[in-house]
Amino acid sequence: MAVPTGTLHLAAAIDGDGRYQAPYYVELARLAEEGTLDFITLDDTFGPPGPGRGRLDALAVLARVAPATGRIGLVPTVTTTHTEPFHVSSAVATLDWVSRGRAGWRVEVSATEAEARLVGRRPAAPAGELWAEAGEVADVVARLWDSWEDDAEIRDTATGRFIDRDKLHYVDFEGAHFSVRGPAIVPRPPQGHPVVAVAATDPVTWQTAARHADVVYLRATSPEEAGRIRDELKRRAVAHGREPGSLTVLAALAVDLADGEGAPGTAPAVNAPVTPADTPGGPPLYRGGPAGLAELITGWHTADAVDGFHITPVAPRHDLERFVNGTVAPLQHRGLFRTCYPGATLRDHLGLSRPASRYALEREAAR
Amino acid sequence: MSRQHKQIHLAAHFPGVNNTTVWTDPRSRSQIDFDSFEHLARTAERGLFDFFFLAEGLRLREHNGRIHDLDVVGRPESITVLNALAAVTERLGLAATVNATFNEPYELARRLASLDHLSGGRAAWNVVTSSDAFTGENFRRGGFLDRADRYTRAAEFVATARELWDSWTPDGTPRPFAHTGRHFTIDGEFGVPRSPQGHPVVIQAGDSDEGREFAASAADIIFTRHGSLEAGRTFYADVKRRLARYGRAPEELKIMPGVTLVLGDTAADAQEKAAEIRLQQVSPQTALLTLEQIWGVDLSGYDPDGPLPDIDPDPDSQLTQGRVRHGDPLAVAAKWRALSEEKGLSIRQTVIEANGRQSFIGTPEAVAAQMAEFVATDAADGFILVPHLTPGGLDDFVGRVVPLLQERGVFRTAYTGTTLRDHLGLPYPGERG
Ligand SMILES: Cc1cc2nc3c(=O)[nH]c(=O)nc-3n(C[C@H](O)[C@H](O)[C@H](O)COP(=O)(O)O)c2cc1C
Repeated sequence: MAVPTGTLHLAAAIDGDGRYQAPYYVELARLAEEGTLDFITLDDTFGPPGPGRGRLDALAVLARVAPATGRIGLVPTVTTTHTEPFHVSSAVATLDWVSRGRAGWRVEVSATEAEARLVGRRPAAPAGELWAEAGEVADVVARLWDSWEDDAEIRDTATGRFIDRDKLHYVDFEGAHFSVRGPAIVPRPPQGHPVVAVAATDPVTWQTAARHADVVYLRATSPEEAGRIRDELKRRAVAHGREPGSLTVLAALAVDLADGEGAPGTAPAVNAPVTPADTPGGPPLYRGGPAGLAELITGWHTADAVDGFHITPVAPRHDLERFVNGTVAPLQHRGLFRTCYPGATLRDHLGLSRPASRYALEREAAR
Repeated sequence: MSRQHKQIHLAAHFPGVNNTTVWTDPRSRSQIDFDSFEHLARTAERGLFDFFFLAEGLRLREHNGRIHDLDVVGRPESITVLNALAAVTERLGLAATVNATFNEPYELARRLASLDHLSGGRAAWNVVTSSDAFTGENFRRGGFLDRADRYTRAAEFVATARELWDSWTPDGTPRPFAHTGRHFTIDGEFGVPRSPQGHPVVIQAGDSDEGREFAASAADIIFTRHGSLEAGRTFYADVKRRLARYGRAPEELKIMPGVTLVLGDTAADAQEKAAEIRLQQVSPQTALLTLEQIWGVDLSGYDPDGPLPDIDPDPDSQLTQGRVRHGDPLAVAAKWRALSEEKGLSIRQTVIEANGRQSFIGTPEAVAAQMAEFVATDAADGFILVPHLTPGGLDDFVGRVVPLLQERGVFRTAYTGTTLRDHLGLPYPGERG
């Protein structure tokens, strides 16, 4: 077997439409943490998830989960179309504070007329326009995170100054859709920048993803296809002046482990290549046993097609448990996936460095 | 439990941005780290408090064109902190201050309903209304609201949120809503089912006639600054009188002033500590700055240990930005000058004397007796305690005063319910048919 080049990254969605109580989410998060997954995601939309169904605010749920977990990264979807960028910045930074450096944020837009009518602020707009705006939001949010230098709080009794105001900065952001003066109200979060994720499953998102995301999930049914899209995303990231390694590319995969081989833990040999089924709209679907899924992950990883997988369990409780026990465990046995967390923050898990504040750098350079 | 005494309600205020916090004290720790929030919340819950309270500020204050650097500043976002605190507490109410001008009803109603679900019915919303263009520079809409429109928007905001919270049937089916009004025209389906309290508890903070009227019509609690016995009674009577107009009973609106306290082993000890704290709260730099905020002009040439300036304030000054101005600066300056002349006080001493924010000073017995008197004589229904130390500032109160209040029969000895409405004895709103 060829030796895969990079570290394998694994993440799982813990979506649960119709679940309104904290213990459900806490249980899933702890399960994912037992499997040392990099992070969990919780999906959200501005409006109801579907006719007659409800769901809670995703960032709220993961803030509730934070003190009940220790290491797992927490990545809620936060939409940018009808929200205030300043509030988005504060909420995500705060998730990072309450989780002690485990926060991320999946950027998403609200494209429907129904969502627009819930707010009444402006009509629906084409997806391209919304993703351009989402990029502006990601940009101003990062500037706000930088607007307090790390050591801005000085508590200098001699001069009576609590902060060094020279280390606080106006962001003075002027975009096509909004402007924000700054600085932030929330001091710089523990990770400097919480992790930005984009589900780059539709090419309309690629430009914003390549420019602003730390993590992307792509949509592909074969390692060849995944590798092509990954190369394209990395090429665009580099065109924006970024390091190719600054973008972690995961394959999105829905998993249904309801049937298929054996009980969790047993791993019959599966030699035939496993291919997920294309599904219209959603991520490709893997249906089968957890050991077969380990084969699939190993195969794609060995082919160096992606940096890892973002799985969406079809039945969260059941499939996530089988995934952790029946898929992650054999990957660990093979030495493909870590058995403990390498650090404390989500950036640590992803092998991403902590960015310096751009304003601190500018101030240093001006000296 | 004995119910012959009117019961005191208690809340813990976690300091955000203010000049009450003595950050120079070696016991003072972070006001950002989650540990600090957890410490104060657990203390409050150990003391069987009704709720934990977070204020809000959406733009850093400026003075003389620069960011104000003397006070504790910087704070995490309230609703997110409270959701996390829901994980480490079981009964304590969780109150977030959120502005009605820089938010939209659908989104905020959803966030508050989510907090209410995730905490098992402990959410509260303090509706504030400041709307100046200065704060507006951080938002899409900008500072577009006239002073006169702030409370009309706030009232419509709360009414709209309640329509959304009421829109699911008791058996868990969403009904479409449609709201058409002056500030909001929205329709669709609310994304969150009815939460444990039906409606999160609504708090109002603001003092104008419009503010009081809004509170009487729509709030469950008023957070007030009227923390003295006389001012408290006048305010209390005024606000409770307004309730009948809206078909509400006096018990349906709780009046809770924000108060500070200093405990000592003897009365003299407490007074001594109080004086020390005032000196720490009002450094020479803070004294001058406070004066500049009223005068509206640069007074950096003045000696904080010297007399007050003899020049008049500029009432239209923009020197200070982001701070709520209370009262007419000319009147305040005249009052301060009289105080200074009468007692022969320096600038710093005058600021300390005039802004003395300490409400209860004394032994635990004395403080318990005073609090009981406030509530028994309708100067308040309870208190929002503003500690001057973070996060240990209520440790002593909970350890030493709460048991005395319990002995007097004026404070609960156990939580009798699980939701904030239960703690406050507030009715659960009915569903709309
Ligand atoms: C006790 C008290 C606490 C307040 N806390 C806040 C706060 O945390 N954030 C905020 O933006 N405004 C706060 N305010 C300001 C009010 O929301 C309101 O904008 C201000 O009092 C002016 O309204 P008024 O004219 O009715 O008093 C507070 C006011 C009072 C009286």
